[in-house]
Amino acid sequence: MRVTVVGCGAVGSLFAANLAQLDDVEVWAFDLDREHVAAINSNGLRLSGAGEVVGEVRATTDAAELPPSDFGIVATKCMHTAAAIEATAPAFAGGAVCSVQNGVGNEEAIAERVEHVIRGTTFPAGRVVEPGHVQWDVKGDTTIGPFEPSPAPAVEVERLADACTRAGMPTQAVADARGPQWRKLIFNAATNPIGALTGLTHGRVCEDPALRRLVSKLVDEGKAVATAQGIELDADPEELIDHAARPDVAYDHKASMLQDVEARRPTEIDYLNGGIARFGREQRVPTPLNDAVTALIKGLEASWTL
Amino acid sequence: MTDGIWVIGGGVIGSLFAAHLSRVAEVTLLCRRAEHAAAVSENGIRVSGRADFVGRPRASTDPTGLADAGFAIVATKANDVETAAAQLEGRLGDGSVMTVQNGLGAEEVVRDHGSWPQLSAVTFMSGTKLADDHVEYVLDTPTWLAPYEDAPLELAERTASLIVESGLKAEAMPDLEPARWSKLIFNATVNSVAALTGLPHDHHFAELEQPTDLGHLVRGLMDEGKQIAAAAGIALREDPWEMNVLATQRGSRHYPSMLEDVEARRPTEVDFITGALVREAERRSVEAPLMTAVYRLVKAREASYL
Repeated sequence: MRVTVVGCGAVGSLFAANLAQLDDVEVWAFDLDREHVAAINSNGLRLSGAGEVVGEVRATTDAAELPPSDFGIVATKCMHTAAAIEATAPAFAGGAVCSVQNGVGNEEAIAERVEHVIRGTTFPAGRVVEPGHVQWDVKGDTTIGPFEPSPAPAVEVERLADACTRAGMPTQAVADARGPQWRKLIFNAATNPIGALTGLTHGRVCEDPALRRLVSKLVDEGKAVATAQGIELDADPEELIDHAARPDVAYDHKASMLQDVEARRPTEIDYLNGGIARFGREQRVPTPLNDAVTALIKGLEASWTL
Repeated sequence: MTDGIWVIGGGVIGSLFAAHLSRVAEVTLLCRRAEHAAAVSENGIRVSGRADFVGRPRASTDPTGLADAGFAIVATKANDVETAAAQLEGRLGDGSVMTVQNGLGAEEVVRDHGSWPQLSAVTFMSGTKLADDHVEYVLDTPTWLAPYEDAPLELAERTASLIVESGLKAEAMPDLEPARWSKLIFNATVNSVAALTGLPHDHHFAELEQPTDLGHLVRGLMDEGKQIAAAAGIALREDPWEMNVLATQRGSRHYPSMLEDVEARRPTEVDFITGALVREAERRSVEAPLMTAVYRLVKAREASYL
């Protein structure tokens, strides 16, 4: 089978390089970074850290070069989903496309261009250290399931999960993948903007009782929006937040949104707190604090352009 | 008011008062730093912007001369009122004292140090300190004065006349609370949002087009402030939201002091401004989730660098 990874940053590279280890999978990658693409084509896509892998991946910056694929795995930042899928959709005319991105709203954007869509949530993480080379920081599970409004057939979801699992990226196919997605969404939305607005690491956010209460209020709003949609979370975000605050886990971790803000990169706020607020409006569930932090982060982004 | 006037604190507001009043009275500026006093003694205080002149107050770091003062203006930051009041204690003889801090509570702090007749004031004028001996006068909005406790209204009226004579705007009134609370709600909102977003007080603060536009948060914060004021039995003199819309239409970008403090990694006045409202809300059992959230976020932001 043929898999095309759309957006070959850290997470996309973890899927691409690992899947390329399988004899029965041909992997392509679409990315706009010319140096990264050139390095992948000359030397392969290299992972180091949690696993040492070099994958033979055919990379391109030109979507017209992509051959028809059985599967797409979209791993761009959320704000690039619509443009990336618009460019690559012809390659997926007969296939299914899976989002492994942060936040909510990506599957909806993909479904505007592609018939069969898979909802995915993934926990492995890493960072691009140089063109063609990704540091694999954290191993973790992935959960995928059909995207209800334009679902991929269950057998296809299972075929992708099986390939990823065999490739060393443990992936579970489920009927309803919204639980893990909203669990991760609520975790990220309750912690990322607080780190970004205050400059504090995850551990320091959690040890300030007043700030930790604010985190809980953000969690509660997210849970209410999930419940209104009939989504059952697969774990309690509160427990995951406290677990991550432990010194031996992620006390010193700077949330990715804080890293974005420090580097003055656009954040994924519209797909995190903004996504909770948007689904909240649809369900008529008020989300005043998620609205507030969305407005603050968007204000922060606007301040860079003054 | 034949005796000398002492202005305690040479920030923007103290410098504007000292420079202007030196044209109509004997004025001494009490500074914290010797270089500051030396610069003012040597060069006077240059005022540019809304006015253009050099004021010639005396300047000193030594409070002993306060014995001869008839009137003292405490123009320090809210955090430094305690130190200023301690300097007055046992020195300022028959004089009276005016406090002109942001937030609530400066009067009580001064009262604890002496039984002088006191005036409460809030000022809407603003400026930028360009050097120890140079202040840019940006907004020529008035200072409002009222008697504190049993001080005579006539003292407020005489003081207002003198301030007006010196070239600044001022108005005496029997009760400051309606004006003070209008400004407090305005300041708590604008300063906290500016400090968190990095935005000067500009058009973003009044935008209401998209659900995530900053104006919704600003209005939500101000609505909470109004509810707290109502619970405290205060009839506001001006509507804070209208003040906000008007100020953002002025065209000049104003950098609220809390934003300047955060950018310079200094302690902010958040406890006296936003914190004052949050404490009032708690005392009066008024729900203020947004105000509480921005208060906690600014406190945490401070904690990240202090």
